[in-house]
Amino acid sequence: MTITAEKIYKALEQVMDPEIPVLNVLDLGMITSVKVGDGDAVLIKMIPTFSACPAVELIRQNIRTTVEKELGASVTVEIDKEAHWHSNRMGPAAKEKLKNFGIAPPQVYNGEAYSEILMHTACPHCNSKNTYLRSPFGSTLCRAIHYCRECGHVFEHFKPLE
Amino acid sequence: MTRNEAISQMLTAMADDALIQGHRNSEWTGLGPIMEEDIAFSSMAQDKIGHAWALYRILHENLGGTEPDRFAFLRGEKDYRCCHLVEMPNGEYDFSLVRHFLFDHAEAVRWEHLQQSTFEPLALTARKLKGEIKYHTLHANAWITQLCRAGEESYARMQSALNVCFPLALGIFEPSPEAETLLVNEKIYAGEATLKEQWLDRTYNILSVAGLNLPSEGSVTPAYGGRKGYHTEYLQPLLDEMGYVFRLDPEAVW
Repeated sequence: MTITAEKIYKALEQVMDPEIPVLNVLDLGMITSVKVGDGDAVLIKMIPTFSACPAVELIRQNIRTTVEKELGASVTVEIDKEAHWHSNRMGPAAKEKLKNFGIAPPQVYNGEAYSEILMHTACPHCNSKNTYLRSPFGSTLCRAIHYCRECGHVFEHFKPLE
Repeated sequence: MTRNEAISQMLTAMADDALIQGHRNSEWTGLGPIMEEDIAFSSMAQDKIGHAWALYRILHENLGGTEPDRFAFLRGEKDYRCCHLVEMPNGEYDFSLVRHFLFDHAEAVRWEHLQQSTFEPLALTARKLKGEIKYHTLHANAWITQLCRAGEESYARMQSALNVCFPLALGIFEPSPEAETLLVNEKIYAGEATLKEQWLDRTYNILSVAGLNLPSEGSVTPAYGGRKGYHTEYLQPLLDEMGYVFRLDPEAVW
């Protein structure tokens, strides 16, 4: 079997984020490059969402074992130091999955102050924007806590990050 | 002093500040006055220790320094370069909040500048970290503003915490003339005096909305010494506790 970038990407679809199990590493925009080198050795470069993300090593290991199992190749996973993660790397389909999971997706930022875009984050349960930020920190580093005045839910939000 | 020695000196100070402040933040875990604050200080602890780790890694990988865990946990007290502000015990919540406000705005100013650093590994790290720190300053600003409007006692406590923290916070910008001249000439960073001026402007804008009075710089004695290895009595006990598990078996693989 010839190993191609397409096949690697296909295998990566199976590697889910341990903290948000509905999103895979491609949905999150964590993969920056894949390369097939001599003797079908695969090199995958990835970036963590937040620099102190405690799940990085686990994700790295999951990427390696999944791609090795799917393609029977030897796989190296490196942290890409040239790139850094920002929330605009997450595509519309991924944001939809996140919302259906009950977490408000990150707004697209265009350099504006976070405090303003965080003020009226749409509630993932009732879509109301009559909400407020309760705390910029939540159960994981990438989440904030909001309250919906409309339906009374406390909800989590995947924070925008530049 | 060579260019790399000067960079190492600056990075060690920045990393030690983040590590010790991170440890202090983590001491609020389980003790925060409300659940959201417990989570906030725990999250900020995680961020700070991650930022310290990123800097220790640059020291290790680009500047020939010791492996990050050993460097973080096995040095003697005199070899740490943190400022006195971060060493102080958490005290009451007013002190912890005002320290967090002053410290994180200083970090925000510093990291914004470092995006333009000619030392590439630092510029790349800066681009990542400055976005994360925005959430720290957002948190600090919200509480400073709210607590100053929460009645007489609350206001008085915030002002008093600010009076205590301000001279300590000036210690963040303790000058190191030899290294700084070299680093400024090489466009690696802007120098402590420049960063301090911007920090004063930025914090003043928030404090004045909150109705708090920033003491004048000339009226206080800055808490210098940390950058030269002279520390408060609070650092050694913190280091003893922080490194306790690591020192049990430094070769252990986790």
